[in-house]
Amino acid sequence: MHFHLTPEQTAIQDAVRGTLADHWPMERLHAFADGADDFDRASWDALMALGIGGLLAPDSGMGLLEAALVCEIAGEAAAPGPLIGQLLAVAAVACSGDAAAKAHLDGLAGGTKVAALVDGGSAYVACARAADLFLIVDRAAGVRLVAAADATIEAVPASDRSRPVSKVGVAADAGTALFAASDPMTARLADAALVLVAADALGGAQKVTDMSVAYAKEREQFGQPIGRFQGLKHQLAHMALDVEPARALVWYAAYAWDSQLPDAPRAAAMAKAHLCDVYVRATRAAVAAHGGIGYTWEYGLHYWFRRAAFDRAWLGSPAAHRARAAALAGW
Amino acid sequence: MDLSYGEAAEAYRAEVRAFLSLHWPPPAELRGPDLKAFVRTFRALATEQGHLYRAIPKQYGGSEQPVDVIRAQVIREEYQRARAPMEVGGNGMNMTVPTLLEKGSEEQKALFIRATVEGDYIWGQGYSEPGSGSDLASVRTRGELSADGSKWIINGQKIWTSQGMQATHMFMLVRTEPDAPKHDGITYLLIDLDQPGITRRPIRQMTGEEGDHTFCEFFFDNAETPVSWQVGARGQGWYVSRTTLKHERASIGGADGLGRQFAKLVELAKEVGRIDEPLVRDRLAQIEGFVLSHRYSSYRLFSCAAAGEDAGPVALMMKLLLTETGHEMALLAQELIGEHGFVEPVGAGGRGHRGPRGPEKWMDQIMGSLGNSIAGGASNIQRNIIGERGLGLPRDLAMSGER
Repeated sequence: MHFHLTPEQTAIQDAVRGTLADHWPMERLHAFADGADDFDRASWDALMALGIGGLLAPDSGMGLLEAALVCEIAGEAAAPGPLIGQLLAVAAVACSGDAAAKAHLDGLAGGTKVAALVDGGSAYVACARAADLFLIVDRAAGVRLVAAADATIEAVPASDRSRPVSKVGVAADAGTALFAASDPMTARLADAALVLVAADALGGAQKVTDMSVAYAKEREQFGQPIGRFQGLKHQLAHMALDVEPARALVWYAAYAWDSQLPDAPRAAAMAKAHLCDVYVRATRAAVAAHGGIGYTWEYGLHYWFRRAAFDRAWLGSPAAHRARAAALAGW
Repeated sequence: MDLSYGEAAEAYRAEVRAFLSLHWPPPAELRGPDLKAFVRTFRALATEQGHLYRAIPKQYGGSEQPVDVIRAQVIREEYQRARAPMEVGGNGMNMTVPTLLEKGSEEQKALFIRATVEGDYIWGQGYSEPGSGSDLASVRTRGELSADGSKWIINGQKIWTSQGMQATHMFMLVRTEPDAPKHDGITYLLIDLDQPGITRRPIRQMTGEEGDHTFCEFFFDNAETPVSWQVGARGQGWYVSRTTLKHERASIGGADGLGRQFAKLVELAKEVGRIDEPLVRDRLAQIEGFVLSHRYSSYRLFSCAAAGEDAGPVALMMKLLLTETGHEMALLAQELIGEHGFVEPVGAGGRGHRGPRGPEKWMDQIMGSLGNSIAGGASNIQRNIIGERGLGLPRDLAMSGER
């Protein structure tokens, strides 16, 4: 049995973490949040130079687990850019039989062409103005690839400053149909998206827990580091208890998808619902653990709080996915 | 990632199955002492086969196998599938035997280990006292050497001893150096409970249970035990007790009991006709998120253990996660049984089997979930451990005397 990370998988995470530390420090996040751009080309190019764009290409030797490990670190850093859409677009294009779509494959895998994920049921798209292509995944209508030029894009003031949103309009027959609703790939792509959002939430929840623990070791009151006091110590222990065991839920969901196990769709729904709840709880607890400083714009916890809210609502709420999970279990 | 155990393990599984199909189950007509004797013989055969008591040397009644968590897991799975008896349970196997293997004298190992694994000796835990729970270092039960130096004379009280009415022996912490710093004046002793200086009394639990399966308090009035039954050095008992607790914690939260309990909760929701309510479905799936986190984290721990790697802080979290999820299940169960909760639970933790058992049997689980937050390390102590050892937060000042 092997149910922990290999040295190679840990190395991928280390490389992504190091790259984002260089190209996406807190000052960049602050500057980006105060600006009007949809996209940070420098950090995107640095990430794509690692070769992660093609992780979900069928011949990469990697899979959804590795993609999830990368999304986890992106969540940790609150990294900008439509990473999940990009990863899924490569999988979708590579597995489709459409020659015109396949012409985009190298550009997508290398990151020179940018693809944003469009949830079939949603009016909003993150990082839409930076996208060359939209990958529309709709369980009820199938999967389409649409050129940005064939869509209407209207930026709106965004809550999650790391992932600005626009309202995107696409005609029902625009672009190229890659998979019909009945094609198993449609459901698989939709499930994969859920696992990757769960991974983003895992990374973010871990990040705000780490920030809180570090703060509790530094900050002194009554002549002691506040982390010595049992009241706060127990709150931090509870945050960690919420986050760390949930890591295995994301791993299992990715493993089940890669291995095409029968419970893969349900595992994806459970992971998305559970981790997005964990993320929201963790960011709330982190603000409480920090006291007043945690409520300031300057400290930056709010970026993860906003991202937690985004992840929670994106591609269906926890309640919606739990309802699906209940149905899939035959309850 | 790969959740299969590999070819070698599957070949071993076939061997275990073949053994079980030959020796288990017992003939249907066996009852009472005959059945007991059959089980005893089966355990002896299974030990000879290398299935049971793998960590225990042969000379003390074990099968002395190399550490192999995969094989051990295959054995557990196959024995559970066949409903075959595994090792005898309780404090003796979980605590006394590991402690003696690590810290005991040759004489103690020879005297106690075999008798414990064969189920002849049943051990009570003598740590807690009325004024001394999580702060074990504050124990006050006294131990004084007899005039000739051959015996410890024990006076005081111990409490919360599980299986106390059945226990034949006790391992206990006694204060032998009243003037030493509180962690350094305690000695770890073994004692025979069948002697005139000892009175035991069952304590009635909040479930209403009282008697063989619940806990007891013990009063020691000039009770005696030989000096050669002292484990580790005089005054070092607190450190010896750390060994035992480690083993106890490792034995909690391993199996997928949570998963089985969750399946019963889903059945309960069906039985009472509420499975179609969206709120009930949502609540069940919320709880299942934690049940699955626990299950997959146990895969992670198992996988790390098999590879000889450290799984990190998640290992410290399993017991508390189990307890917290148990509480959540109990809350939903209480909601689901509704007014059946007015009916007195059957008691004895489900072992009593008195009268009809409807949804009200859940009251046992509901109250039992409270016991789980105390037994084997109270939840607030678990939170301290996660905070201090897992997250590296500074130690609580009140406990900074511990090492």
